Amino acid sequence: MSTTPYTFPDAKGHFGPYGGVFVAETLFGALDELKAAYAAAQADPAFHAEYEYELKHFVGRPSPIYHAKRWSDLLGGAQIYLKREDLNHTGAHKVNNCIGQAMLAKRMGKPRVIAETGAGQHGVATATVAARYGMECVVYMGSEDVKRQAANVYRMKLLGAKVVPVESGSKTLKDALNEAMRDWVTNIHNTFYIIGTVAGPHPYPMLVRDFQKIIGEECLTQMPEMAGRQPDAVIAAVGGGSNAMGIFYPYINVEGVRLIGVEAAGSGIETGKHAASLTAGVPGVLHGNRTYLLQDKDGQIIETHSVSAGLDYPGVGPEHAWLKDIGRAEYQPITDAEALEAFHNLCRLEGIIPALESSHALAYAAKLAPTLGKDKILLVNLSGRGDKDMHTVAEKSGIQF
Amino acid sequence: MSRIQKAFERLNGEGRKALIPFITAGDPSADLTVPLMHALVEAGADVIELGVPFSDPMADGPTIQRASERALARGMTLRKVLQLVTTFRTVDDKTPVVLMGYANPIEAMGLQRFAEKAAQSGVDGVLVVDYPPEEAESFGTAMKAQGMDPIFLIAPTSSAERIAQVAQIASGYVYYVSLAGVTGSGALNVNAVAERLPAIRQKTGLPVGVGFGIRDAATAKRIAVFADAVVVGSRIIEEIEKSTAETACANVKALVADIRRGVDEVKK
Ligand SMILES: Cc1ncc(COP(=O)(O)O)c(C=O)c1O
Repeated sequence: MSTTPYTFPDAKGHFGPYGGVFVAETLFGALDELKAAYAAAQADPAFHAEYEYELKHFVGRPSPIYHAKRWSDLLGGAQIYLKREDLNHTGAHKVNNCIGQAMLAKRMGKPRVIAETGAGQHGVATATVAARYGMECVVYMGSEDVKRQAANVYRMKLLGAKVVPVESGSKTLKDALNEAMRDWVTNIHNTFYIIGTVAGPHPYPMLVRDFQKIIGEECLTQMPEMAGRQPDAVIAAVGGGSNAMGIFYPYINVEGVRLIGVEAAGSGIETGKHAASLTAGVPGVLHGNRTYLLQDKDGQIIETHSVSAGLDYPGVGPEHAWLKDIGRAEYQPITDAEALEAFHNLCRLEGIIPALESSHALAYAAKLAPTLGKDKILLVNLSGRGDKDMHTVAEKSGIQF
Repeated sequence: MSRIQKAFERLNGEGRKALIPFITAGDPSADLTVPLMHALVEAGADVIELGVPFSDPMADGPTIQRASERALARGMTLRKVLQLVTTFRTVDDKTPVVLMGYANPIEAMGLQRFAEKAAQSGVDGVLVVDYPPEEAESFGTAMKAQGMDPIFLIAPTSSAERIAQVAQIASGYVYYVSLAGVTGSGALNVNAVAERLPAIRQKTGLPVGVGFGIRDAATAKRIAVFADAVVVGSRIIEEIEKSTAETACANVKALVADIRRGVDEVKK
């Protein structure tokens, strides 16, 4: 690895050939305004103080690290540690980013926030923060996802948000993102778009990463306390890539730490029914940035498949594309079946019900651990809790409530 | 001289403004696209904007989204769009054709290959909605190397610097999006558009087309007073939606001819 410090993105939002600002001219005014507001906030100690206060008192940070000892012993290899983002208020890492962006919206005087959501976790986190700040909130959600995540839809409504089912395209996360962008460009004067992952046009991939890097920063101090040293590998599930960037970013310049992103291989890469854009995609342009995409030979974006709605996305944050190309991070596929097995194991052996997204990272850790010595340490980002997935898991196990 | 430049010079000589209708290639079917293009010309189109369907048309409203979905469902691809232009050119060698679409299908074909094939097919200009000037350097170069015009958008929210940036790289004409929204949105404020035009003309000598939200002859006329070209899209797609395969060409022709009358009421 090179010794020059990692300083991406550049001023134009590029991570090597990836990222950038691939949007219609109509969005530039809003993006410039956002860039300026973010730069001002970054330079303002009061902004950082408020963010820290909110994370501590509203979210419950720092989230602990937990040694999954029984599971590690059973696997018979490396020790697995879990970063407990599932213990955050609203049950996932998504809220870290929502707080940051809602604070920006407040500073910019935008009374209305919008969001896209797949699994519903980002929608719930946005609705929660909007309620906390007294903002109007509209969440776009593919109509397919509205069906599979009914509990989260109700949660958002309880929190005062309006949930708009999106009927266009494949009726999933990517279409919700398209629709949120369309709303934003139409209502720029009073609306802030809270993107839920490290995708979209610059400055979003950078901004979301910055609001999520608290995860890795905490690990940097917690791991030596918990385990006596930094881990040998950091493992995180990758949908758009926000929980992974959040835990990876502070480790990029730490030598000797492998960064492993885990993608949804659905029914298996060879079946074509998956959502593994870094493993099986090619670079292209979607949702305002250049990155690896799942597309057909004519450049149309194709439908993805995963048991986990939060990983069901045909693109990936541009910074992951760059980390893959420069070899700083590696990306591995995990199938639905493997993720479900890890889900059940964590439930039974550790008393923790993980989100299906996070279960992909857990499954890869379970694959890797037995190949390593008992003195090795794996740190897994347990990005969320699995309450929202009860119905999906029950259905897969042939159980009806 | 490019077909686009020729068309604007001819209009200038005649003291008329340009009418630029938009349809999506392959909507409702590939078979109808070339006949629709000829119908547009017969109705008085000066330039045709031909939409290349994309699975994720982020800048388009529901009408053009539906057109894209219909076209894709019937197997339209960028390759086939170019074949349609080739077919159109066997009959019409005069009317400029501008492709309008998104970056990914072009990048999937490869920028160089696309530029060569598009020029061979008889395409005159290309507008890639999600290529703003800062991301379009190689696109602009590739287009110009093949004698095609890279067309760019200017929005109500574009700063003077950005307009200057567009002027640097654009050729053919620039396309002023008359409202902050997606295609097909309702609220068009003609006076606000008129007020913005001088700032654009200060930065570029290219003809200025105005579009988004123009639905009838009366509005087209009011826009044509100060713009060089009037672009009409969603309203034409709606007409296609309302028609059958048998009536589509005639209905579109009648609609566009009516808008043409509105535009021609303005004399330079
Ligand atoms: C718990 C959890 N983990 C991970 C993800 C995937 O998103 P990202 O890759 O941005 O972390 C989601 C998305 O909904 C999620 O809810």
